[in-house]
Amino acid sequence: MNFRRAESTDERLALEIKGVSKQYGRFPALKDVSLQAKDKEFLALLGPSGSGKTTLLRVLAGLEEPDAGEVRFGGEDFLALPVRLRKVGMVFQHYALFRHMTVAQNIAFGLTVRRRSEKPSKSEIGDRVADLLSLVQLEGLEKRFPSQLSGGQRQRVALARALAIEPKMLLLDEPFGALDAQVRRELRRWLRELHDKAGVTTVFVTHDQEEALDLADRVAILKDGQLIQLGTPNEVYEHPATPFVFDFLGAACRMPGVVDGSRLLVADWESEAPKGAPQGPVDVFFRPDEVAFAPLDGAGLAAEVRGVTQRGPDVRIDCLIEGQTVELQAHGPTLPPGVATGLPVRIKPLRPQVYAAG
Amino acid sequence: MIDAVAPGASRPLFRIVLPGIAPLMLLASAAAMAGLILLPLGVVFQEALAKGLMPYLAALKETDAIAAVKLTLLVAAISVPLNAVFGVAAAWTITKFEFRGKSVLLTLIDLPFSISPVVSGLVWVLLFGAQGIFGTWLIDHDVKIIFATPGLVLATILVTFPFVARELIPLMQEQGSDEEAAALTLGASGFTTFWRVTLPNIKWALLYGVLLCNARAMGEFGAVSVVSGHIRGLTNTLPLHVEVLYNDYDSVGAFAAASILAGLGIITLVLKTVLEWRHSGELSASRKH
Amino acid sequence: MTDFVASPPVIRPGGTVRPRPRRWKEHSILPGFGLSLGVTLIYLGLIVLLPLGVLAMRPWEIGLDGIVRTLTDARVAAALKITFGISFLAALTNGPLGLLIAWTLTRYEFPGRRIMDALVDLPFALPTAVAGIALTTLYAPTGPLGALAAKIGIKTAYSPLGIFIALVFIGLPFVVRSIQPVLQDLDRGVEEAAQTLGATDLQRIAYVVIPALGPAILSGISLAFARAVGEYGSVIFIAGNMPMKTEIAPLLIVIKLEQYDYAGAAAIGVAMVAISFGALIGMNILQMALARRGRT
Repeated sequence: MNFRRAESTDERLALEIKGVSKQYGRFPALKDVSLQAKDKEFLALLGPSGSGKTTLLRVLAGLEEPDAGEVRFGGEDFLALPVRLRKVGMVFQHYALFRHMTVAQNIAFGLTVRRRSEKPSKSEIGDRVADLLSLVQLEGLEKRFPSQLSGGQRQRVALARALAIEPKMLLLDEPFGALDAQVRRELRRWLRELHDKAGVTTVFVTHDQEEALDLADRVAILKDGQLIQLGTPNEVYEHPATPFVFDFLGAACRMPGVVDGSRLLVADWESEAPKGAPQGPVDVFFRPDEVAFAPLDGAGLAAEVRGVTQRGPDVRIDCLIEGQTVELQAHGPTLPPGVATGLPVRIKPLRPQVYAAG
Repeated sequence: MIDAVAPGASRPLFRIVLPGIAPLMLLASAAAMAGLILLPLGVVFQEALAKGLMPYLAALKETDAIAAVKLTLLVAAISVPLNAVFGVAAAWTITKFEFRGKSVLLTLIDLPFSISPVVSGLVWVLLFGAQGIFGTWLIDHDVKIIFATPGLVLATILVTFPFVARELIPLMQEQGSDEEAAALTLGASGFTTFWRVTLPNIKWALLYGVLLCNARAMGEFGAVSVVSGHIRGLTNTLPLHVEVLYNDYDSVGAFAAASILAGLGIITLVLKTVLEWRHSGELSASRKH
Repeated sequence: MTDFVASPPVIRPGGTVRPRPRRWKEHSILPGFGLSLGVTLIYLGLIVLLPLGVLAMRPWEIGLDGIVRTLTDARVAAALKITFGISFLAALTNGPLGLLIAWTLTRYEFPGRRIMDALVDLPFALPTAVAGIALTTLYAPTGPLGALAAKIGIKTAYSPLGIFIALVFIGLPFVVRSIQPVLQDLDRGVEEAAQTLGATDLQRIAYVVIPALGPAILSGISLAFARAVGEYGSVIFIAGNMPMKTEIAPLLIVIKLEQYDYAGAAAIGVAMVAISFGALIGMNILQMALARRGRT
């Protein structure tokens, strides 16, 4: 493992994907996808199922050959290399552990299959396995078989096995997909720490936006085989490039509106249009928890409260705005003043996003 | 094969990774299949028709041959239904109830599979043969079992004993007994439950088992050869008839009779394959491919 | 048939419920247990257990001496050796051969694949006597394949090799059908994982695929072996049946019966059952040891 952390290398491009396309029969899985990852970056490929994110990951691993495009890693043409020479550590969705091998044998596999001249000695392999076992906190389980482990433990064995070959890049396919919510959250934090410690460029695939936003340095959002947006979690969450991204990254409320010059009109509410908003009829999106309840004579969308549901620390407020029912979220143990079932209120979206109507 | 849903799962990995090996493997498999399976099958018909169609048909019309066919059908007609009834009863006992000694019972049901057909014939001779346990009694009362049809039936039953049960047990185990329990809570009687719920669920597997059982029953050679006595026209089933003619150097006659049996084998294969394709969901897991 | 009814808890006059004695049958709401178990046991008893019991008893009338003498008789010993030896070799050969065919059938898409798949079961479906005379005609010195082999100085039919060919024929479907479903269900991810970890194609197959198939291959081999040991119809035609050389144990049983040596025939029968059971148990233990590691 490389613990070197020179400042300059962090900005160096590690992975370059250029114009990658892939078709299955008549179904286009990837359409002209280009993106880059910096050295030691933690990149998430986020998208709904069928968006091509797993295909892209498999192209990086060499398990799929793209029909067109280029993949370079550290300047080297990756597509020219067969899978086994790419030295990518891949963690499969269902781990793909070798069920007839012990935990230790699984982790050591990548070392034992090396050519004789490159194969470490038995004791070196043993040491390395021990190091990795302690890294993934599975000391003492080396003699177990995969069937004798919990899901979280299997996941960590798969990770250790991938790290054993000192991969140039770590690829994770829905690494937490098969785990329950509790284990998921724990492993997520741990994986991020592990990444920082190991300092390997990591690409992981997920359909869980919370996971991607929480974990990654940058998030690439895919839909129907196309890259829709690439940016830091903050960038993509605060400035979703399309209504799809807005919708995919969290709960969304949508209203029709009009932009006229620098003014944004939604029903009877007029406000300043966000920078760069298109002119003319638009769709206005806002998050149901990013609203303020304005005084009845103030500025805001006229609404009527239809129901109030307390859910732990949160309150769900069902409102009728312009004939459509919208679920708003408020936090805190007490309701905003003036909110009760049957009462009229005014609602002011705090950070509306505006997209050309479509 | 159904196209896999996930992109990439159905990708032919090996066409890319092992370009040189695939045709080699295919060739080797084809050669092995041809030498071991296809050629023998072809030889049967070639030899049967070696002297033309007329001698072939004449051999089939011969009285001993017709008697052999009739005897073969009779033996199968008795032993297959008996084994089918047993198979259903055994599968019902084993899959719908929990009791001690179940695995012993399972092993015993499989036992005839691991016994030589010759031994399966031998045991009946030991029981009913001239020097068998009941030998003298049978001679005194002028009852013939060995060297007669009852012996052939008994030997055939023993050899084909597990076929139906073996097909039903894994399937019924997969299916569990929730549906039967539901029928009972809805007021169905035990018999109605079996007839209207269980039987429809297992009918294809039952047919499959009966098919295999029948193929073996009609084609059985070792076991019946021990109890038959090879009396032409009387105790020769079709496979035994083949042997007798072959040993008499009547090649056309032997292969003509063999061609009927080979035809039976082919029909069995076709029906079996159709069942596997059409009703794979209603056969036990090991039959789904 | 009172045994078939679950015993209700016994309530003592004092009113305390005595713990129920462990029943041999769990309670079930489904009916018909007594009937179906009865039918099963009676049929099993009459068709399988009684005859086999008689088989096990019969040799003792010639005493232990007689049994030993029968089995150590040079001709019988040779027949047993031939039967088990060639069956073992044929079953072992079926391992790689079955793997090859199963692999071809599951991993490649080619015209005629389904027909080939169906034909694998022909040895199940073709009556053994037919297979016997067909293989003999094919591999006899005058037959097409036999003549070919004779040219390079190999005698196929009427030799141990002939027995071997017949037994490979008989055992092939057992191995193919054991491996096929496992190979089909084998997680592709596991193989891909091996590739990403740097395994070559050979390493992937040797370390990942074959070990995963191990239990299935072994179980196929042991099924093929069990079938081969008892095989009669397809062998006697091609074997040539020369005492000490190509005479198989089942044939000796038939010969002893024709000589009205029931005890001798039964002794050979029992020996065959015993040896093949021993071999099967051995293989089962090996198989369980292999499978234990792979259970999920």
